[in-house]
Amino acid sequence: MSKQIMSGNEAVARGCYEAGVHFAAAYPGTPSTEILENIGGLYKEEIYSEWAPNEKVAAEAALGASIGGMRAICTFKHVGMNVAADPIFTAGYCGVNAGLVYVTADDPACHSSQNEQDNRLYAPHAKLAMVEPSDSQECKDFIKKAYEISEQFDIPVLFRMTTRVCHSKSVVELGERSEVPVKKYERRPEKYSMLPVNARKRHVIREALLQDLEEYAYTSELNRVEKVEGTDTGVITSGISYQYVKDVFGDSVSVLKMGLTHPLSRRLLQEFASGYKHLIVVEEGEPYLENALKILGFTNVTGKDKLTIQGEFNTRVVRDSLLGKQEVFSYQVEGVQAPPRPPVLCAGCPHRGFYYALSRQSDKFVSSGDIGCYALAVNPPLNGFDTCICMGAGFSSLVGLSRALKAQGDTRKAIGELGDSTFFHSGLTSLIDIVASQTNAVAVILDNSITAMTGHQENPGTVRNLMGYESPAISIEALVRALGIDDDHLRIFDPIDQEAAKEALEAAYQAEGPFVIITKRPCALIKEVARANAGKHVQIDPDKCVGCKQCMKVACPSLAFDSEAKKAYVADTANCNQCGLCLQQCKFGAIGKAGE
Amino acid sequence: MTKSIILVGVGGQGTITTSSILARGLIAGGKDVKMSEIHGMSQRGGTVVTQVKYGEKVYSPIIGEGEADLIVSFEKVEALRALPYLKEGGTVVTDIREIFPMPVLTGAAAYPGDAIEQMQKSVPNVIVVRAAELAQQLGNVKAQNIVLLGALVKQLGLMEIDWRSIIRDSFPEKLVDLNLKAFEAGTSME
Ligand SMILES: Cc1ncc(C[n+]2csc(CCOP(=O)(O)OP(=O)(O)O)c2C)c(N)n1
Repeated sequence: MSKQIMSGNEAVARGCYEAGVHFAAAYPGTPSTEILENIGGLYKEEIYSEWAPNEKVAAEAALGASIGGMRAICTFKHVGMNVAADPIFTAGYCGVNAGLVYVTADDPACHSSQNEQDNRLYAPHAKLAMVEPSDSQECKDFIKKAYEISEQFDIPVLFRMTTRVCHSKSVVELGERSEVPVKKYERRPEKYSMLPVNARKRHVIREALLQDLEEYAYTSELNRVEKVEGTDTGVITSGISYQYVKDVFGDSVSVLKMGLTHPLSRRLLQEFASGYKHLIVVEEGEPYLENALKILGFTNVTGKDKLTIQGEFNTRVVRDSLLGKQEVFSYQVEGVQAPPRPPVLCAGCPHRGFYYALSRQSDKFVSSGDIGCYALAVNPPLNGFDTCICMGAGFSSLVGLSRALKAQGDTRKAIGELGDSTFFHSGLTSLIDIVASQTNAVAVILDNSITAMTGHQENPGTVRNLMGYESPAISIEALVRALGIDDDHLRIFDPIDQEAAKEALEAAYQAEGPFVIITKRPCALIKEVARANAGKHVQIDPDKCVGCKQCMKVACPSLAFDSEAKKAYVADTANCNQCGLCLQQCKFGAIGKAGE
Repeated sequence: MTKSIILVGVGGQGTITTSSILARGLIAGGKDVKMSEIHGMSQRGGTVVTQVKYGEKVYSPIIGEGEADLIVSFEKVEALRALPYLKEGGTVVTDIREIFPMPVLTGAAAYPGDAIEQMQKSVPNVIVVRAAELAQQLGNVKAQNIVLLGALVKQLGLMEIDWRSIIRDSFPEKLVDLNLKAFEAGTSME
């Protein structure tokens, strides 16, 4: 069979294909997103796939498919599992009909996340099996194993990856798809209707099955002992940490590489650990394996006393922590420094228009943001909002925040912003609370017709779906109106239009009760949008430019200021799409549209 | 022995495509290869770093500070930013192209136009490549990355691998010619 270089995510998608999976659902989230993108793009003949509005919906949809008889997968980033936790905890009791795998993609070091939670801790809590791959080949092979385990032990499997496993590419040997027929659906309320009377019984069954699975784990090929004669050191590790262990120690120590990490085979741990004077546990995040060893009574264990809980490892971190710090050679260059290059809102980004307008009236509002591209507006000079916690909080927090402001006599109005994908994810229920509680606040939906931050996934508001088929494009406006928001409390406009934005914010400030703003303009990077704008850019007439820098306040990466000539100029005509936000700032008529 | 290469640039410059082609070529050449990249925030005009390691057997996919044999930079100051990763005696291949980050555009930070000259004072092996310029002459600045690929495989002594067929498989028909020319340009520079 042919070999390919694949990311862990691509390999998981391939593994699903080969394992005969029929159903896949997810909500996007770095570093998990490419799994469903690949399934939707490459295997749509064999696997139905969809972007669900949020992780809870995706987890339930996959559970439904499993109960119905289809092998199913649901993927999320680590914080997405918090959203999906409710169905998953009870799915642990129900078990499965056809195999069911939940993929969690954790992000130690917060490369693109708001925290570093270690989702391995979910496995014992929710009573799931857990499998951890260390490279792309294992991603593919272990997914196939995960479906066998799921069906043999009637249990959902948590497939735990981290950023480096998801996004690193390594060589994978491809296999064929095995066609797994859809299992017959049967009504089994005692197994799938978790009323207390059934749940109590299922809990007993679950504990028994976990014991059986622990027996299986003792001999499972997912766990591997790499025994070296003549060493008194044994290392226990899993996931990406295994690679660092091999780099640091080579074949000088024995290694227990754990691939089936819940339930942990205590017998295997006990037998391995008893053979060594020194035990080292190498794991990113929480002391999950380490605690298991300590509960078994081992005290000769090095782990989190030397290796950090925060961030991610690499070979050097592991070596320095365990073998003593070594000086790192480094070339010193005197006198010059690379200027910082923070990520910014793109040229032509619609979000800039709204946040620029808000910055002009910042004395009237206290703003809470949310997670999406617009989170980049928090930086100067826009200073777009004060808080950013999790998806949906941009709206729900207004219910408490507005009352707290009022209680302390602060006359500013609470305003919250979130994007179209975030609105469908959880902003809708948050807005329902704002309306139901008659909260005096402004809810802004920044609709750019795509899920942009995670790389342009479709969502319930877009005209196509993950598999590329037409979809109904649910109207945000209709949903908002259905909540009872009337014309006096609603503004819909193109956020680049600063007149409209100004009027809307003034009206929102004056109004009593819930006020909704919907800004509508597609993301500048959507292929069709970029194509339609190709070649368009603004130009600045140096004779008219007086160097007032007003245009620089919109913080567009296409505009630059020449501090010698004291004039603004267009630094990047390729990415400017002539949105015209800067143009509206110039009182001297120095900025014009090229070609007009 | 494994070799470690870091490719750095700015979102949209094609560092990731280059790394993928490099990795595919190395596999065709019979090596074990791992490649690592960080998605997410870096796509919004930030620095993009991809790493490629190859050899008999590669374990960790990531390269630590002081461990890179070669840094290939698509932009002038990004070479400077990545320098802590260079090992003693390692080589820097850098384009002279300048892309100003936001703090420079707004005047909050200065752009060190002499970054390469300064670097050359303390780093023995700095090779300057006018890849973007060459690509522009060939008709499309976007082919900058393949010019750099050419320079890179020459530097690593990997010319025996059939890069031309890999490039042919990596681009749509209408871009193949441009990229083959870009590759030639990269390999024939000194
Ligand atoms: C619970 C949870 N799921 C997923 C993510 C990953 N994520 C961050 S922003 C975002 C998309 C936001 O899309 P949208 O609201 O449309 O804003 P845009 O980026 O398009 O401006 C996603 C999926 C997350 N941070 N938290």
